[in-house]
Amino acid sequence: MIPLRYNIGSLWVRRTGTMMAVLGIGLTVSIVVTMMELVHGLESTFVDTGQEDNLIVIRQGGLNEVNSYFGRDVYPTVRFLPGIAKGADGEPLVVGEAIVIINHTRDNGQPSNMLVRGTSAMGFYLRPEVRIVEGRRFRPGLREVNVSRSLSNRFQNLKLGDSIRMSRSDWKVVGIFDAGGTAYDSELWASYEEICQDWDRAFYSSILLKAESAEAAESIRKRIADDQRIHLQAVPQRKYYQEQTSASVGIKGLGYFIAVVMGIGASFAAMNMMYGAVMSRSKEVATLRSLGFRRRHILASFMMESILVGLAGGILGCLLALPIHGVSTGTASFQSLSEILFNFRITPEILFKGLLFATLVGALGGFLPARRAARMRLMDIMKE
Amino acid sequence: MNELLIEMKNLSRVFRRDGVEIQVLRDINLRVFSSDFISLMGPSGSGKSTLLNIIAGIDRPSGGELRVLDADLISMNEDQLAGWRNRHVGFVFQHFNLIPVLTAFGNVELPLLLTPLSKKERREHVMTALNLVGLTDRADHYPRQLSGGQEQRVAIARAIVTDPTFILADEPTGDLDAESAEEVLKVLAGLNDQFQKTIVLVTHDPRAAAYAHIRHYLDKGVLIQKEHAPLSVT
Ligand SMILES: Nc1ncnc2c1ncn2[C@@H]1O[C@H](COP(=O)(O)OP(=O)(O)O)[C@@H](O)[C@H]1O
Ligand SMILES: [Mg+2]
Repeated sequence: MIPLRYNIGSLWVRRTGTMMAVLGIGLTVSIVVTMMELVHGLESTFVDTGQEDNLIVIRQGGLNEVNSYFGRDVYPTVRFLPGIAKGADGEPLVVGEAIVIINHTRDNGQPSNMLVRGTSAMGFYLRPEVRIVEGRRFRPGLREVNVSRSLSNRFQNLKLGDSIRMSRSDWKVVGIFDAGGTAYDSELWASYEEICQDWDRAFYSSILLKAESAEAAESIRKRIADDQRIHLQAVPQRKYYQEQTSASVGIKGLGYFIAVVMGIGASFAAMNMMYGAVMSRSKEVATLRSLGFRRRHILASFMMESILVGLAGGILGCLLALPIHGVSTGTASFQSLSEILFNFRITPEILFKGLLFATLVGALGGFLPARRAARMRLMDIMKE
Repeated sequence: MNELLIEMKNLSRVFRRDGVEIQVLRDINLRVFSSDFISLMGPSGSGKSTLLNIIAGIDRPSGGELRVLDADLISMNEDQLAGWRNRHVGFVFQHFNLIPVLTAFGNVELPLLLTPLSKKERREHVMTALNLVGLTDRADHYPRQLSGGQEQRVAIARAIVTDPTFILADEPTGDLDAESAEEVLKVLAGLNDQFQKTIVLVTHDPRAAAYAHIRHYLDKGVLIQKEHAPLSVT
């Protein structure tokens, strides 16, 4: 094998060109890695949401809470199903909730949809990940709301003490909560009864319940599915949110498309640089061949050189993309069109994929020039 | 009697360029024995490099017979030729052809990277070769830090490091001043003297040719004269 030192030395000799190619690949990789961070952040928002043995009951055929509603009459049927865990007071751990979507203005002046959950103290109890970090919980019987910190930061009039107009009333922000990066960080919570009154509708969007055990959860799920009268379905809370990751499908598709297009562009940059390298080193190729190195050694050496450039670009790109880790952003959910807030999240796997992508760009760009170097006729290049 | 290493019978080489045929070598008959030190002289364009390249397995004859070390080079494929070159041929070029980004050591080590030698063994071989050309103290120097004569001696070290059967040198003193040329030729003569290396030396320079024991002349592709040493330089 032709030693790597040869490639590194040669890249150093042509450092301006090398640097340009590394920079080009680096910027591309940083964009691709940022996109992966975004998709991963969005997906893990859903993947991390939900408690074991919690079931969400929604309308049969409904995809999610937003598209689900049913009358209050079925609530007792669900509430007294066997297998539901009981609280300290002996009451079943069940909460019926109403979801409404409101339109509100972001800090940047653009309107966006927000998801409002009408719930009760039980809603908090069944979602221990949701913690009040400022102020207090809303009180039943009052037009009060709790807002996630992320929403509070991104939307107008959602600071503690502010008032927000919803439906027919002004609602006071009395508490800010943190849902630990789960889907609830994109929600506004208020009293169930108040929501029903203000919207003038007596309905449920969903019922959240805790089963005694995994087996109990399964049997509750079956019973609800089999009950022809109520037309409901029960989905494990974790599974329910995992299925909502389809919100990221669009972004993911766009991400792949951009990655491919930019990857091709970057490999042209690598290719251009490598053609220059090959042309200026035909005499060295001749020397190596005359020493006994084969065409395939030449091919491998130039490929390696291009991959090195790709890798250097990959490392640069990953470094450039690191600082965006933890930055929060939002996107419209595909189902409810309401705003979903999440953080960019970087993982070792994403960095590894970024480097792999960079390697691929290098290999792709290096192939044709390396092949040209390998195909040179020894006799011809000896003369130069 | 020394072993017959190279035998050419009625060997010819024809190049085709723009539809015109140029006969570069015609009816070459040449025998080279082990331990020979042969020089090949002739005007520019007479076919000296072509002949050397054919011996090295870089170029192929158009006709005639060629046996080198009892191997039929004409029927070997490219990979076989490359392996053959690595084992049997040490090539020395007019322009040294050192790899500029590798040190003297790195350059000399190159042909050994194709052998199964360990790193330690390679180091020993490289240092032995550098010692033979008197440059052990320049092992870590890059080509640009060496004089022309030193560069060519590194190139010779690279040519001999695999202990090849032949050293083929194509105008190795063409780029050197008289003094450096002298040094390089002495190194070559020493290798022939002490280690019985077979050397084919292509040169313009009669003083370089004087180091050889057998002198051949090429003119317009014809090997026209053969003259045995020792002869003194006028
Ligand atoms: N690959 C080639 N294609 C066409 N003509 C060639 C080629 N190589 C050498 N020649 C021609 O063969 C002749 C001899 O070349 P060469 O062996 O290099 O001569 P010398 O080394 O004696 O100066 C020259 O006329 C040269 O132009
Ligand atoms: Mg020549």
